[in-house]
Amino acid sequence: MTDDNNRPADEMVGEGADLERVSAAARLFDVRRVIGGLFVVYGLIVAVVGLFDSQAEIDKAQGVRINLWMGLAMLALGAFFLVWQWLRPPEVPSAPAEDDDRPPMH
Amino acid sequence: MEVLAAEAGGLRLQLNVLDYVLLTLYFVTVLGVGFAARRAIKTSVDFFLSGRSMPAWVTGLAFVSANLGALEIIGMAANGAQYGMMTVHYYWIGAVPAMVFLGIVMMPFYYGSKVRSVPEFLRLRFNRPTHLFNAVTFAVAQVLIAGVNLYALALVLDALLGWPLWVSIVIGAAIVLIYISIGGLSSAIYNEVLQFFVILAGLIPITVIGLVKVGGIDGLWAAVRSSELGEKALHTWRDTGGTDNPLGAHWFGLVFGLGFVLSFGYWTTNFAEVQRALSAKDMSAARRTPIIGAFPKLFIPAVTVIPGLIAAVTISGLGAEEGDYIYNNAIPLLMDALLPNGVLGIAVTGLVASFMAGMAANVSGFNTVFTYDIWQTYVKKHMPDAYYLRVGRIATVGGIVAGIGTAFIAAGFNNIMNYIQALFSMFNAPLFATFIVGMFWKRMSAAAGFWSLISGTVASVALYLLYLADIVPFNSDLEESFWGAGLAFVTAVVVAVIVSMVTPPKREDDLRGLVYGLSGTTAHGTAVMEADEVWWRSPVILGSIALVLSVLLYLPFL
Repeated sequence: MTDDNNRPADEMVGEGADLERVSAAARLFDVRRVIGGLFVVYGLIVAVVGLFDSQAEIDKAQGVRINLWMGLAMLALGAFFLVWQWLRPPEVPSAPAEDDDRPPMH
Repeated sequence: MEVLAAEAGGLRLQLNVLDYVLLTLYFVTVLGVGFAARRAIKTSVDFFLSGRSMPAWVTGLAFVSANLGALEIIGMAANGAQYGMMTVHYYWIGAVPAMVFLGIVMMPFYYGSKVRSVPEFLRLRFNRPTHLFNAVTFAVAQVLIAGVNLYALALVLDALLGWPLWVSIVIGAAIVLIYISIGGLSSAIYNEVLQFFVILAGLIPITVIGLVKVGGIDGLWAAVRSSELGEKALHTWRDTGGTDNPLGAHWFGLVFGLGFVLSFGYWTTNFAEVQRALSAKDMSAARRTPIIGAFPKLFIPAVTVIPGLIAAVTISGLGAEEGDYIYNNAIPLLMDALLPNGVLGIAVTGLVASFMAGMAANVSGFNTVFTYDIWQTYVKKHMPDAYYLRVGRIATVGGIVAGIGTAFIAAGFNNIMNYIQALFSMFNAPLFATFIVGMFWKRMSAAAGFWSLISGTVASVALYLLYLADIVPFNSDLEESFWGAGLAFVTAVVVAVIVSMVTPPKREDDLRGLVYGLSGTTAHGTAVMEADEVWWRSPVILGSIALVLSVLLYLPFL
């Protein structure tokens, strides 16, 4: 691979590649927690409201208890993301040495 | 309920405290993501490209979400109501093939060359004038389009909730400003993934209850057949040998205009999209980004075009020239008629979320190009990285303030803004031509890059102006855009070839990793394949599945 890498390194692009090595992005929290959290809360609120929907509201939704069903569906989606994160927590970033598809630095 | 709505002034939704709680929870979460993402920003690469650390499913959903602006949702539902199933062309032929092509063919060059933006690729492949032209037009277009998004958000919130225009514009802009200037692209991408699910959670109940109302999918087809739309609204390719079909489009225009030039131009060279893939953690994830995005794209018509058809057959009077019953209100009218409080709040949140998704994509694309491609390249070089990080944050503020300005101008000149947006969409077709020739033909010279881009752009803009001035007639704006894109593409290719013949080529060594056949660091075959050992991570296999699905989905609607 090294043999192919003889396009003269571009100054600015190279700088970007250097910066990736000191990147703090590895400390980024996991988005699964955010989606899971918001949808569990949405699901609980909407499902509980759905339990107490008036007949007028059910009629408006063509007889479908849509709040209850959407609430449960959102709860399930939220739970899915939380369980996924729990089962497969974010990988701990490996040492830079392991990055093999990065161009060799000079 | 409907009587109440009418008394309150047409399309006014009756939101209660519960709905506002759901909307507020969303705003709080979005801002929370921005503040939490701040911890992960140490360098400009963290801010502009998420430190190239994102997993493929995140970038893939952000890729499709960045395009899932409310203009897209409202517009596609409106097209569904007006033209019927032919609207799916915008998805199945007008998006999926280009997304797969970007992932399989073009991403190795983008990601492998380590460029930080699409204009930067042009600088390496061609020269600085090409780069500057593209960087400046992109930056200007993003600010203007962000303004259009903001104005559209304000119009919808005014109609639905009765919020004054300026309140919506300032609140919408402030929230996007806070979460992007603090959390950078990571914050934009995380929020886009969140938005994706909130938008779906808002659209699905509309579709489900709407289908219950019309008696299921068969009931819907029957109702459409006996409506004004008629049988032809259930077909996508019938009568495309001429222009006697709902869209008024010939199959050649659909395949080459929409499916090839317009769609490839938009999806493969628009940095607001490509940026999501550049933030992926490795080459394999970058290549899978647009392909993963293609799968939801295949099925989004189910929650946009289908509700459009439901609205067409259930809401009498839909399709008025102006007022509450214009086609663009198809989805809001269904929300009003069918959704009880609770899911109604979710649906409103989904619409607001989709406006923010569109605007955030424009702003995060703008600040990156402004900082790296304009400021660092032409104004102040060799400054410490912290300086560019600061420039990026200031550019974000500047971009959004300028966007607010254009939103208020748009309020006065609605049509002019439509023209401007159409105008900038024409920059994509010649850009795609320049890219595709440059990526596959190493002989193409630096000067050819510049002149092909300029001449293609001039050709499409000129044709558009002649059309506006009624000098060159077309049946519809759509037809003009097909021809304009085609003309731009052909002009750019022809000029690229001619100029390359009379100017010296670039040294082969300078083109490694940028041009097909000249392998560089990671566009190298083995490097590309390494991460793809499991079949379900192979871009080629995933991309083929997406293409087969798009063909299969057409079958019931030939």
